[in-house]
Amino acid sequence: MRYLTDRKRAQGTGSGRQGTEHHWKMLVSSILMVLVVPLFIFVFGAGFSGSYEDVLAYFGRPFPAIVTGLTVTVIILHVMREAHEAIEDYMHGVPERLALIGSTAMAYTMIVTAIFALIKLAL
Amino acid sequence: MVEFALPKNSRITTGKTWPKPDGAKNIRKFQIYRWNPDDGKNPSVDTYFVDMDTCGPMILDALIKIKNEIDPTLTFRRSCREGICGSCAMNIGGINTLACIYGIDEVKGGAVKIYPLPHMPVVKDLIPDLTHFYAQHASIMPWLETKTNRPAKEWKQSIEDRKKLDGLYECVMCASCSTSCPSYWWNGDRYLGPAALLHAYRWIIDSRDEATGERLDALEDPFKLYRCHTIMNCAKTCPKGLNPAAAIAHIKKMMVDRAV
Repeated sequence: MRYLTDRKRAQGTGSGRQGTEHHWKMLVSSILMVLVVPLFIFVFGAGFSGSYEDVLAYFGRPFPAIVTGLTVTVIILHVMREAHEAIEDYMHGVPERLALIGSTAMAYTMIVTAIFALIKLAL
Repeated sequence: MVEFALPKNSRITTGKTWPKPDGAKNIRKFQIYRWNPDDGKNPSVDTYFVDMDTCGPMILDALIKIKNEIDPTLTFRRSCREGICGSCAMNIGGINTLACIYGIDEVKGGAVKIYPLPHMPVVKDLIPDLTHFYAQHASIMPWLETKTNRPAKEWKQSIEDRKKLDGLYECVMCASCSTSCPSYWWNGDRYLGPAALLHAYRWIIDSRDEATGERLDALEDPFKLYRCHTIMNCAKTCPKGLNPAAAIAHIKKMMVDRAV
């Protein structure tokens, strides 16, 4: 029990002076996804029907590899930020911070893994 | 962590069913949330039957009739009876609205179910505790902030700038919007909610106000402003037909415009 005024409870510790950057990045990645996802579907579809060796060779080419890498990066970063929103919505305190760290680590691991796979195909 | 189930002492039980009025032919059933902090019991839902031939058309008319003629212990707020004071906001048939301007015939189906505004502490029966809600409203400084010396006569405003306040100043702070917002349910302690943010925008956009930057600074926070996920329940439920979600979107746009 703490004797705080209603106004002090509402004010809390004031503004965190952030949020706009996250909002802007979500807008940017949303717009990017509108561009890269259709492109990726087209690229992925074009290389889909060949044999194993054909697919390896196809994704070893610069354009399909760059489009795939870009799509994976943009989507994972967007989903990571969205996951952060959900975590902040429903979890609080230490579990929230652990979940934020965990989801960030997982997202960057997935991006690096995907890029590594694409580079390996290309080389 | 978010709680997905009500605590044991908040679970609603079946309450008393009051007798039907003698000789009445046109009866409507009302199921109303009851909770008395003094008796130590769980909340319950009491059932009342109202003779519609002797009752006014609005939900508030029925509540007043129940209180006057059936159960004087039924507790609710009301004042103006014409949608201006915002006192009688409650959840009627699943919709947060004002009992005084919501017709009984607008509730389709059998019983008219009336609950207090959701996810707020209850003082008694249909009365929610709006202390924190009002404190949040006060925190956005709902007044004109100026630094220039006061003019001899008045702060002038063009007709165009005055028009920007339309759709904002009409808010009566009934809390229907904030209590319909899932983000406010989960994070009402930190998220300001649609009502306070609509009022914040009303002062941000006011051409006479000279604290626009400070107002935006105070709102730039992942919780105070950015918990709004554009769910739009606020705009759907507002009994005055306002659109708090649009006001919040405008604030976000102003935030981006000044940063990028």
